[in-house]
Amino acid sequence: MTSNFTSRAAVALVLLLLLGTAFWSLTTGYSADAALNRTAEYYAVNTPAETGAQNVVTAIIVTYRGLDTLGEVTVLFLTAAIVALVLGQSKAPRGASGSGFLPSGELLQTGTKMLLPLILMFGAYIFVNGHLTPGGGFQGGAVLASGMLLLLLADPGKRFRKAVIHRVESLSGLFYVLIGLAGMAWAGGFLDNRILPLGQFGQILSAGAIPLIYTLIGLKVGAEFSSILESLEETEDA
Amino acid sequence: MLPQIAMATGFVLILMGLYGALTHRNILRMIVGFTIADTGVNVVLVSVGYLPGRTAPILDSAVPVADAATRIIDPVPQALVLTAIVIGLGVTALMLAYAYRLFRARHSLDISNFTELKW
Amino acid sequence: MIALPLAAVIGFGLAAIAAAFVALVTRTTPVAVIAAGLVSLFASVIFLVLAAPDVAMTEAAIGSGLTTFLFFYVMGRIRREGGNDQ
Repeated sequence: MTSNFTSRAAVALVLLLLLGTAFWSLTTGYSADAALNRTAEYYAVNTPAETGAQNVVTAIIVTYRGLDTLGEVTVLFLTAAIVALVLGQSKAPRGASGSGFLPSGELLQTGTKMLLPLILMFGAYIFVNGHLTPGGGFQGGAVLASGMLLLLLADPGKRFRKAVIHRVESLSGLFYVLIGLAGMAWAGGFLDNRILPLGQFGQILSAGAIPLIYTLIGLKVGAEFSSILESLEETEDA
Repeated sequence: MLPQIAMATGFVLILMGLYGALTHRNILRMIVGFTIADTGVNVVLVSVGYLPGRTAPILDSAVPVADAATRIIDPVPQALVLTAIVIGLGVTALMLAYAYRLFRARHSLDISNFTELKW
Repeated sequence: MIALPLAAVIGFGLAAIAAAFVALVTRTTPVAVIAAGLVSLFASVIFLVLAAPDVAMTEAAIGSGLTTFLFFYVMGRIRREGGNDQ
């Protein structure tokens, strides 16, 4: 057994040593570019005029590469669905389910009541300001999901209403696609943000549909993360 | 110098994560190795986009719009890594769900107890 | 005298590698999970120094926050059903 283990480790070490030499030559031979390449320069020069967003990363994610982001959110939705499917099929043995939970303390419950609105508001702030400051739908969605996590920790027995989460998730996905189609009808193409006026550069209500789209992405991502967390947490097979 | 050091850190994290995933026998420990390798890949990608002496790709008062092309770093790898982190959480959640299913099947997390596909 | 960003990247890079080492060699799974979360946290500081604040926020919130909790939930399920997750 031990010899078997050491031979495994030796084979892994040899393989990683080969990979490491490739990495070594990549690192030592690397020198940073002096100027932006053509794609990046296009984004840097044309982002203010074409999308009205201050944050170039947001402009790329929501507008220039909007279709990829739609695909990414779809992958995340599929992940949440598969996790729920895989865990839903495995019935816990009788008596073993739900018995490990201790009731959470008074401190955690009161703290949750006070902090939860603030956390949700902070998440909304992050994704509404996604086109001006660092942050956006994915970060804000993660903050929303962490608020849901606090709720789960404070009250493990209680389900927060699954139906609400699923409805938020599917409605925001639907509106995301509808805004994309509206871009095809009234602007340059799928998910073009110029269906709304670009507004004044640097204001919160500017950059066309980017705040709207990022809000929808934030709600969708937050709902998906919450449903992953909930399906991993729940033990009682309802 | 800065991007090379960050890149070397990322490569070391990739190698350590892969070593953990290859040599551990506990399935959860293998997944921990994968998450470390995932972080390493992200560090390497972001350090490729870094250009010395430039600032973040946000066109506020610090970076006038007119000379944006000479002041900001490459935003494309950042958008890519943002996507990769979110998908990485999804992949980790899937691996954990399957690990739990495997535990339910054998009541063990030791990978050497699962011999159906061994040859 | 080396510049502050360079020192920050070197320091946090070494800290991330040390945390990854702890995650690999420790005997208990919870310590390994916490150490992996620390690797993500140090990596997010490196992202911040590399002028990528968006990525740093995402890594701190998702990589080191939610991932750790996913691990702990699964470990809790396994422990409740009588396995030892050492």
